[in-house]
Amino acid sequence: MYVAVKGGEKAIDNAHAWLSEKRRGDKAIAEIGVGQIREQLTLAVNRVMAEGSLYDPDLASLAIKQSHGDLIEAIFLIRAYRTTLARFGKTRPIETTNMACIRRISATFKDAPGGQILGPTFDYTHRLLDFTLAADSETSVVESQDMSDAQMLPRITDYLNQEGLIQQEIQTGDEPGDLTREPLQLPAQRDLRLQSLTRGDEGFILGMAYSTQRGYGRNHPFVGELRVGGVVVEMEIPELGFSIEIGEIEVTECETVNQFTGSKSDPPQFTRGYGLVFGHSERKSISMALVDRALRWAELGEDNVGVPAQDEEFVLYHSDNIQATGFLEHIKLPHYVDFQSELELIRKLRCEAEIPSRDEEES
Amino acid sequence: MNEYNFAYLDEQTKRMIRRAILKGLAIPGYQVPFASREMPMPYGWGTGGVQVSAATLTPEDIFKVIDQGADDTTNAISIRKFFQKVTGIKVTDKTIDATVIQTRHRIPETSLTEDQILVYQVPIPEPLRFLEPYETETRKMHALEEYGLMYVKLYEDISRHGAIATSYAYPVKVEGRYVMDPSPIPKFDNPKMEMAAIQIFGAGREQRIYALPPYTQVVSLDFDDYPFEASKADHVCDICGSSDTYLDEVIVDDQGGRIFVCSDTDFCAAQQSAALESSE
Repeated sequence: MYVAVKGGEKAIDNAHAWLSEKRRGDKAIAEIGVGQIREQLTLAVNRVMAEGSLYDPDLASLAIKQSHGDLIEAIFLIRAYRTTLARFGKTRPIETTNMACIRRISATFKDAPGGQILGPTFDYTHRLLDFTLAADSETSVVESQDMSDAQMLPRITDYLNQEGLIQQEIQTGDEPGDLTREPLQLPAQRDLRLQSLTRGDEGFILGMAYSTQRGYGRNHPFVGELRVGGVVVEMEIPELGFSIEIGEIEVTECETVNQFTGSKSDPPQFTRGYGLVFGHSERKSISMALVDRALRWAELGEDNVGVPAQDEEFVLYHSDNIQATGFLEHIKLPHYVDFQSELELIRKLRCEAEIPSRDEEES
Repeated sequence: MNEYNFAYLDEQTKRMIRRAILKGLAIPGYQVPFASREMPMPYGWGTGGVQVSAATLTPEDIFKVIDQGADDTTNAISIRKFFQKVTGIKVTDKTIDATVIQTRHRIPETSLTEDQILVYQVPIPEPLRFLEPYETETRKMHALEEYGLMYVKLYEDISRHGAIATSYAYPVKVEGRYVMDPSPIPKFDNPKMEMAAIQIFGAGREQRIYALPPYTQVVSLDFDDYPFEASKADHVCDICGSSDTYLDEVIVDDQGGRIFVCSDTDFCAAQQSAALESSE
């Protein structure tokens, strides 16, 4: 029998067995627990929840364990699981103004009511490897201040809004679309763009945002406010006729204040970009806000200068890492039928062009 | 959780996909947007075909999966196992026994019947995509039946290479209306698309479904002076001796020696056993 195709079934089984052995690694080392991942790799868990579009730290931790720490693979596991969940309703919009903030900063005002709350941040750490963490013994952890008296903090952009200095967001009252239930059709409205950005690949959104900062559609962003904390999720239960609290989630919200010069009809005003992401994900939410702002060029009467971050089709069709990685990696699958037809075509074309084959040249 | 709904997807989702299929059958060759779901295999591995199959299969169906014409390629096995697990239906390697056949890159050599459905996995459903990257534009082009760009491309091929330099995913026109991507089947298979079976094309990542009802007219694009030719390797199968099947070229030794064998393994096996019987 020729080599190519027989034995695929056995090969798959063996590959899976080897994969699971690789996951476990050296058995002399204790196996990592899902709880450990949930508690100690929280930022990885957050990313998996955000891009998997499913807020469940336990499942995200399990996915990270199962995927050997490959976060895109973990996100994929979560997405595939999410498909099987029945949709039994939708929550009320979360009210981030009422967030119990663990962190809240503004880069536009030195101080504002509520103050700057630095919270748990890497921002001012020195990136020096801490070798004490390498020791297996429990390292001393300084207890942080009790934050249970977290107060409601006003929004920084509201202060600009009071003066009319920043463009007002109009509440349309339209029912927001659902990217996961309807096929994305372009041009998309902002609701779908934001949904797409918040579940988009962190690296891709970061790269897009960075490109705007480097001049490919510059929009002069300031972090008006970045806040991280818990918000309650409420759902209206038809049988009850009122909404009840069904849980609490952690989110990161970024509002950027961007410049623009005004148009014939509008006096100069600041404009806004918006980012909201599951969990503590500052890089992602700031990136999202910058890209959101870049994509709003038409609505804000700006010119399309033809840069990638302004191109809705480009951004939305390429931000999803599950789609991207699937299509990229599928070229590992057999393509020998197509390649065979290419082989025949190229031989035929060369034959017609009367290029001698290498064998003939040599002889 | 071990229990999944029949064919993995919930009934609402299946209904949504069936609606897209019916719309596709009503407008042959038109790409119907559908809310593709994340499936437990990656995009690019046939999620579109898998969703179409999931929405099409009933407990009485007999299912066959091929990839590159073969039942035994790794991804065909993986998809077949998936459906065995989530439906418990019967599966087969035999083209004639199957009621639903999911395929990647081939149409079986055995003619299909009115009782069968052929489900294609499609990577890029838009035949104009590599000529025009914007979906907003290509949809307009289809709406206006504006296919000049495609003919220009084919013409440029001829002026540059002396032939149309497309050997697979060769574009077709359906019932004189929509230009359609036949999925990356070799152009050898294009003439088979006028068939008795229903053909449904699923593109998961690109969220599109399109379809051909039985006996739909499917014409490969060409010019009068450069007619379409369904080409294949100029050999016979080294295993079963068939002269009219699509062949894979297999390198068999370090000297680059090669043999040609049917890419459709079920067809090849049937020819072999028929030859055995007649010789006995």
